[in-house]
Amino acid sequence: MQEETKQPGTVTLNVDGISTTADRGTPLLEVIRGLGINVPTLCHHPLVEPYGVCRLCTVEVVRGRRRRLVTSCNYPAQDGISVLTGSDRVLKGRRMIAELLLARCPDVKEVSEIARSLGVEKSRFPAADEKCVLCGLCVKVCRDVVGAGVLTFESRGPGRVVTTAYGGSSDRCIDCGACAQVCPTGHIRMVDESGLAVHHEELLLGPNKAIGIPFMQAVPAVPVIDRETCIHFKTGGCGVCSEACEKQAIDHKAQDTFVEIEVGSIVAATGFKPFDPAAMAQYGYGRLGNVMTALEFEQLNNASGPTGGKILMTDGQQPESVALIHCVGSRDKNHHEYCSRVCSMMALKYAHLIHEKTGASVYDFFIDLRCFGKGYEEFYNRLLEEGVFFIRGRAAEVSDFAIYEAERGKLVVRCEDTMIGILRRIPVDMVVLMTALTPAAGVESVARRLNLSRSKDGFFLEQHPKLAPVATPTDGVFIAGACQGPKDIPDSVAQASAAAAAAISLSVRGQVQIEPVTCKVDPERCAGCRLCNTLCPFTAITFDAGERVSSINDATCKGCGTCAAACPSSAIEARHFNDRQVLAEIEGVCA
Amino acid sequence: MTFEPKIVGILCNWCSYTGADLAGTARITYAPNVRIVRVMCSGRVDPTFVLHALRGGADGVLIAGCHPGDCHYQAGNYKAMRRYELLKRVLDQFGVEPARVRLEWVSASEGERFASIVNDMTDKIRALGPFKEAQG
Repeated sequence: MQEETKQPGTVTLNVDGISTTADRGTPLLEVIRGLGINVPTLCHHPLVEPYGVCRLCTVEVVRGRRRRLVTSCNYPAQDGISVLTGSDRVLKGRRMIAELLLARCPDVKEVSEIARSLGVEKSRFPAADEKCVLCGLCVKVCRDVVGAGVLTFESRGPGRVVTTAYGGSSDRCIDCGACAQVCPTGHIRMVDESGLAVHHEELLLGPNKAIGIPFMQAVPAVPVIDRETCIHFKTGGCGVCSEACEKQAIDHKAQDTFVEIEVGSIVAATGFKPFDPAAMAQYGYGRLGNVMTALEFEQLNNASGPTGGKILMTDGQQPESVALIHCVGSRDKNHHEYCSRVCSMMALKYAHLIHEKTGASVYDFFIDLRCFGKGYEEFYNRLLEEGVFFIRGRAAEVSDFAIYEAERGKLVVRCEDTMIGILRRIPVDMVVLMTALTPAAGVESVARRLNLSRSKDGFFLEQHPKLAPVATPTDGVFIAGACQGPKDIPDSVAQASAAAAAAISLSVRGQVQIEPVTCKVDPERCAGCRLCNTLCPFTAITFDAGERVSSINDATCKGCGTCAAACPSSAIEARHFNDRQVLAEIEGVCA
Repeated sequence: MTFEPKIVGILCNWCSYTGADLAGTARITYAPNVRIVRVMCSGRVDPTFVLHALRGGADGVLIAGCHPGDCHYQAGNYKAMRRYELLKRVLDQFGVEPARVRLEWVSASEGERFASIVNDMTDKIRALGPFKEAQG
């Protein structure tokens, strides 16, 4: 008896004289390509069920005495068959198919390349002028993968076309672009209907995809799914990413979870939020296309950004003149009174880059130039030599209203030049607003949770501006960076290092020193009224329901004594400031 | 001899006591009538302290704490303010003139302000006369 070595469900077949095994039902195309044999295809796509419509993948299958031509993309592997991928019959058939395709789409590069590889230079059939090969990939992707079902075939025979219902634009189209991506001939393209070459407001901080690492320096550098743009969350379809991920790490059903972590100390570094200049209508942000914020410019200028670091206007051209407007939303009693500190140097950096990259004239509208750091003043002097125009005066308005011929088609910045004491109108191509740094969104709830106080401008208040610049009134909570006040990167790094060191020094010591000034409850006298419980700003007082008395945690009590002052049964003693001591002192000073 | 009032100043450790200290280090001249008792927070001030001072011979009591929002203990000064409002009603019922007990906000940088409050309070109480005599 012959030994059975074959696995169940495995078949043995012969491809161009090579014997190979495959799982039963595997499409022949996969088996053939797995052997390194090239088979041309137009309508094949790994995401879509094989359809056998372009017929370029035709091969000859021999079973016993029977020979027939089949499309390999949807013909299943079977036991004992021989497959010929380059027989005369196959090549003749493919050449005919290529000729017919070429006749339909003579100007499509992909089709003519395949035809040329088969030795077909010209078609004998009358040429049409089509770009669509009717492969139907777009229809299948839209229906089966995306789940939108917008595209469909219409009519039959020679009149067959791919279209949407009633041929118009569809409400169900989610602009995913999957059809354009799979189209083998470039017949379907994504079109921006706004007619703008560059959208400055839409330059995002990260890659423009539904799944990706949120921004370039993200920690941890793990991709996340954006529910707003992910096709799966729009139509329930797609899921291409989870198929592509070999580690099966993608779970569309994952929910947000709350994780409780016990820590010894906390560093709050919640950063800032840029001021929204739409609140200052005079600068035309959101209304005039080439007016942008500093952050949008930063992204435009980013070498790995959407424009590859090219500074472009909305029409895709380089600007010939650029205005930089300082103090937008800061040093302004109507918005934020404080100085945002970084804007002057940021504007100088932009002036230098614009000058270097585009050669444009740069107009810098400032109130004061605050070049406070190491090497900053020297940088300003260098810009003066580079020929940047510095105009002292707050820009009053940016408009597209032209009075003079030179202003036509440009943005006009109006301002008072306080150096020479006249009003000026300066036509420019692009305006960058140096927006203020404002407290981050949600800073109130962070402050409440960590028991932090905030200064008048909304930033976190440090314990002491000089002696304890990273500490807060709550022990073990430190602050670093722009959440404490506007600051530049070197200052943020310095403060963050200090905060980290302060946090580490607490952990390393292994014990915490507490002030001797704390309060104590005398359980004999406590009536259990719980008045003090809610009064304590540090939640140091807890109520023992069993004993029906309150007690104070020495580690969290700061000794302010407000509980001692309130206790109706005088059960709380403020150590070092107890009633006896204070009253004796009062008697002493009155004597 | 003119009457010199005795004023007990109960000052919070973080703002007003430091403010009073600043008045001294800045060599600001002010009435010597105030005698200072330090507490950790104006929220520590039990209304009985005030009553005790008046009974013990003081002609006026000044309670001073951090400005609202600046409390080292977050909200002790607000608690002091609430207790002070209640205390004022009690004092009124006892027939104590309202000018004799004051709650003021003095920050650590306001030595000048501390001096002017003390001067003002001294003048007003001097005009009112001794507390014990007024009580009969």
